Amino acid sequence: MVTIGTPMSWRRIPERYGLIGSECEICKANFFPARKICPNCRRRGRTKPIRYSGKGKIYSYSVIYSPPTGFELEAPYIIAIVELDEGPRLTSQMDDCDLRDVKIGVPVEMVFRKIQEDGKEGLIHYGFKFKIAK
Amino acid sequence: MRRRVAIIGAAMTKFGEEWERGFRDLIAEAGVKAIEDAHMSGKEIDAIYGGTMAAGRLIGQEHITALIADYMGLNPIPATRVEAACASGGVALRTGFLAVASGFHDVVVVGGAEKMTDVSVGDAAVALGGAGDQEWELFMGATFPALYALMARRHMHEFGTTIEQMAMVAVKNHKNAARNPYAHFQNEITIRDVLKSKMVASPLRVYDCSPITDGAAAVVLTSLEKARKYVDAPIEIIASSQASDTLALHHRKSLTTLNATVVAARKAYDMAKLKPRNIDVCEVHDCFTIAEIIASEDLGFFKKGEGGKAVEEGETELDARIPINTSGGLKGCGHPVGATGVKQAVEIVWQLRGDAKKRQVKNAEIGMTHNVGGSGATAVIHILKRAD
Repeated sequence: MVTIGTPMSWRRIPERYGLIGSECEICKANFFPARKICPNCRRRGRTKPIRYSGKGKIYSYSVIYSPPTGFELEAPYIIAIVELDEGPRLTSQMDDCDLRDVKIGVPVEMVFRKIQEDGKEGLIHYGFKFKIAK
Repeated sequence: MRRRVAIIGAAMTKFGEEWERGFRDLIAEAGVKAIEDAHMSGKEIDAIYGGTMAAGRLIGQEHITALIADYMGLNPIPATRVEAACASGGVALRTGFLAVASGFHDVVVVGGAEKMTDVSVGDAAVALGGAGDQEWELFMGATFPALYALMARRHMHEFGTTIEQMAMVAVKNHKNAARNPYAHFQNEITIRDVLKSKMVASPLRVYDCSPITDGAAAVVLTSLEKARKYVDAPIEIIASSQASDTLALHHRKSLTTLNATVVAARKAYDMAKLKPRNIDVCEVHDCFTIAEIIASEDLGFFKKGEGGKAVEEGETELDARIPINTSGGLKGCGHPVGATGVKQAVEIVWQLRGDAKKRQVKNAEIGMTHNVGGSGATAVIHILKRAD
């Protein structure tokens, strides 16, 4: 299991729960996950938070049959690179869908789900997954 | 003005599941054999550079290169660890190259090692996951095979590459491995074996993936001028290049090319004043079968999208147009992560010396190594040439 400590998990809540990224006011490029420093403008850049619509398309996908520790109960599950309508791509699980409907280019939308938990007494990490758009 | 640098000693341990031997035993064996191969004594060594990706996760040991120097009997010389995930060995080689080329050190040993079977397969997978973006790939449920599966799916979508073509990479690399006594796997396999093996992350199956392997490799470097004092046939490093890219795969413009490989290859060819067609033999980073296909295109051996067809037509076999992964590659020879980049150089040294026995490429004079970290955030390339 990938160990994500409590502070590390908490400071990513805006991104994981609300799909909040950042936009550079100077070059207008936007980033998900959020970046404090714009890699294009560096010290001349100025970033502010933006919220993504949660809509996008499947850019690539795979069905995982050999899960990592912590994801055993989920397997087999679908992992996809989703291209958001606003441009950036992210890696996410696909949920609530039939494998036959999962194809490159298919429209998808964000849903809020449990991602994983740190054992029985640890933190429960929530965040985004995607499903096929209606 | 930089000095010309040559490899004068090369050695590796048997790769495999080495239950009887620990990290210390493996790296000491490779290092001592390499120094012996260079016809020198340990007293002449100025420094050690060691490549290991995840000793902290796999054997709980950091500060690993001081330990290596200790077990090789080389204290008190400086010993530096180099880490760039699966490219740790290749980047260690480049670091040793820079140290000799600059004139700061005269003789250095570059070692690479990983001991992977002291932990469970699940824990090894978690350790390897550190090569990707922990917060935004692995945490979300991706695995390393899945990242390469995402590349494979795009390659199939954009260029019509088939699962049979990917399987042929595994078949070829097992065939070469069966001729390499140091290789993890000593058996040949068929396309049918690959296509019937367990699915790991679709479309990649077990036989599309490199195994979890223990092993170590080492080379001894010195200036070309000094090299002739020790050996008759030094192997000159005529190019060394390295490039980086985004850590997360999803941030790349394309999933069907590794830009770090493209950039490093361009620099390496420029430095050596050579073209892809001048390379006689090449070890590429085939952590998964699709990775060899993509690398064969990015290194300029085939046009983008034609790597799958090239494998199908046998163009990468021994004694074909460009023999790729004569050692068996990561797939057949095994992938002890930190050792791989150094092992690639050992294989090319043997090929250029004419010592590769049953897998010898005829008249090989110029060889290349291509070592990748993670899903392509680091690529490091070396071109080697006989200097006798």
